[in-house]
Amino acid sequence: MKMDIAFGQYCEGNSLLHRLDPRVKIIITILYIVAIFMAKNVFAFALMLAFTVALVIMSRLSVRVILGGLKPIMFIALFTAVINIFFYKGDEPLVAFWVIKIYKEGLINAGLIVLRILMLLTATSMFLTYTTTPIALTDGLEQLLSPLSKIGVPVHDFAMMMTIALRFIPTLIEETEKIMNAQKARGADFSSGGLVKRAKAIVPIIIPLFVSAFRRAGDLATAMECRCYTGGKGRTRMNVLRAGARDFLFTFVIIALGAGVILINIYAPGYSV
Amino acid sequence: MAELELSGVNYIYNKGTPYETHALKDINLKIGGGITGIIGHTGSGKSTLVQMFNGLVKPTSGTVKLDGEDIWEKKDRVREARFKAGLVMQYPEYQLFASTVYEDIAFGPRNMGLSEEEVDKRVRAAAAFSKLPPEAMARSPFDLSGGQKRRVALAGVIAMNPAFLVLDEPAAGLDPGGRRSILGGIKEFGKNSGTSVIIVSHSMEDMASYCDRIIVMASGRVIMDGNCSEVFSRYNELIGVGLDVPQVTRIASALSHRGLDIGRDVYTVGYAAGKLCEMLDGDVK
Repeated sequence: MKMDIAFGQYCEGNSLLHRLDPRVKIIITILYIVAIFMAKNVFAFALMLAFTVALVIMSRLSVRVILGGLKPIMFIALFTAVINIFFYKGDEPLVAFWVIKIYKEGLINAGLIVLRILMLLTATSMFLTYTTTPIALTDGLEQLLSPLSKIGVPVHDFAMMMTIALRFIPTLIEETEKIMNAQKARGADFSSGGLVKRAKAIVPIIIPLFVSAFRRAGDLATAMECRCYTGGKGRTRMNVLRAGARDFLFTFVIIALGAGVILINIYAPGYSV
Repeated sequence: MAELELSGVNYIYNKGTPYETHALKDINLKIGGGITGIIGHTGSGKSTLVQMFNGLVKPTSGTVKLDGEDIWEKKDRVREARFKAGLVMQYPEYQLFASTVYEDIAFGPRNMGLSEEEVDKRVRAAAAFSKLPPEAMARSPFDLSGGQKRRVALAGVIAMNPAFLVLDEPAAGLDPGGRRSILGGIKEFGKNSGTSVIIVSHSMEDMASYCDRIIVMASGRVIMDGNCSEVFSRYNELIGVGLDVPQVTRIASALSHRGLDIGRDVYTVGYAAGKLCEMLDGDVK
């Protein structure tokens, strides 16, 4: 079994998107999501599409990587499209066959919804995963949420937990592959038999994996304590985040995008979702 | 005698991506009988090579034959290969999972579809190798010491009665006493059962003391193949690929430079000691 973790992986680079402040990236991602859900008609979608394509170009990532990242969502997108095509009611059916009636509005609606799903995934992964290291992301999140620590929310601890969890995903995947190979060498069979048999076959993988995860957790805790880790209090940072001109500019562009979408919704009525 | 034959084997990782690596290049090998050592620097392809033997990794090109049969020719033959060429991976104690030592050792034989009687026989025979007292069979493998855990993991593979016992760094992370006892145990097992043993290691000392034949790998190729004296006499080439000769061989060579010639074919400490005693007329003894 080969595990595909292309989706959600950081891609090395030095584009404008890579250099944006992670805090700004989190904020603009939220704004982008709001904008894409406000978009109501074809023209608003065209604007969003243009912006998303511009993002892809700006990131200087290969299109293959981005399309590969969309693969896991393809099924949901297609499923939604089919539902919309068959169940959307319009004025006049384009095709009427037995109980199936397909309307022009249904087709457009399906297209827009699929587009929305794909753009949503592309843009969010573009901001948050492809161009941002997990460490930068959790740092940004921690600082954005830091006001909450005033009311007693352990923001630093959550951020640290998230960093550690992300850090160990590749390690655990590698470990799983090793254990699987070891059990296969003893004749374990993961790919045949019924559901119960397959579920049982997982036991020899899960147990050693848990044991090693606990061992690693213990080792890590000891190592952190050896370096005098006592939580977030009084901790200084090597890389202090500073929002610069480009960060403000980008935020402005996203706000303008949102405003554009609202204006189009009001003044340019078209096929709406 | 069982025979393992690799012909024209190539293996390429991540083909077609920027991370493409040619891990094995045109490997032609015939192994059968005795104890064969495979040495090589990190990344020389030795671990990939041993995973070819039992069909864990499928060669990009070339054939792997066990007793004359291509293991990739038919679908169920790969599974047979797993039982014929028992592979003990690095740090095998991390794959223990069952609630008792007995159950863990029985995992392999049960996967072979043997009767409970036969499984029981094999587990007990293999447990004799791990030198655990009979009452320990009902204990959890997680309660054992590190060295004992490794023996249990080894017993789990031995219980499958493989024609080949393939071990990837069986002594890694053990102290000198643990090394000697595990490697000595393996050597004895091979001799008594007639199993062909293949050991991967990068310890020249272990290779010299336990192996009849040594295969040297460097950047995916077999660059040397022969007995201890054939391999260790090519000192400069070994250094060139980041390997070494046993320490005692270097000492012997330094001694001969200073006029005390105990020969160049000194590979184990015991042999060197004997030779020196002989030369010093047994005074030291």
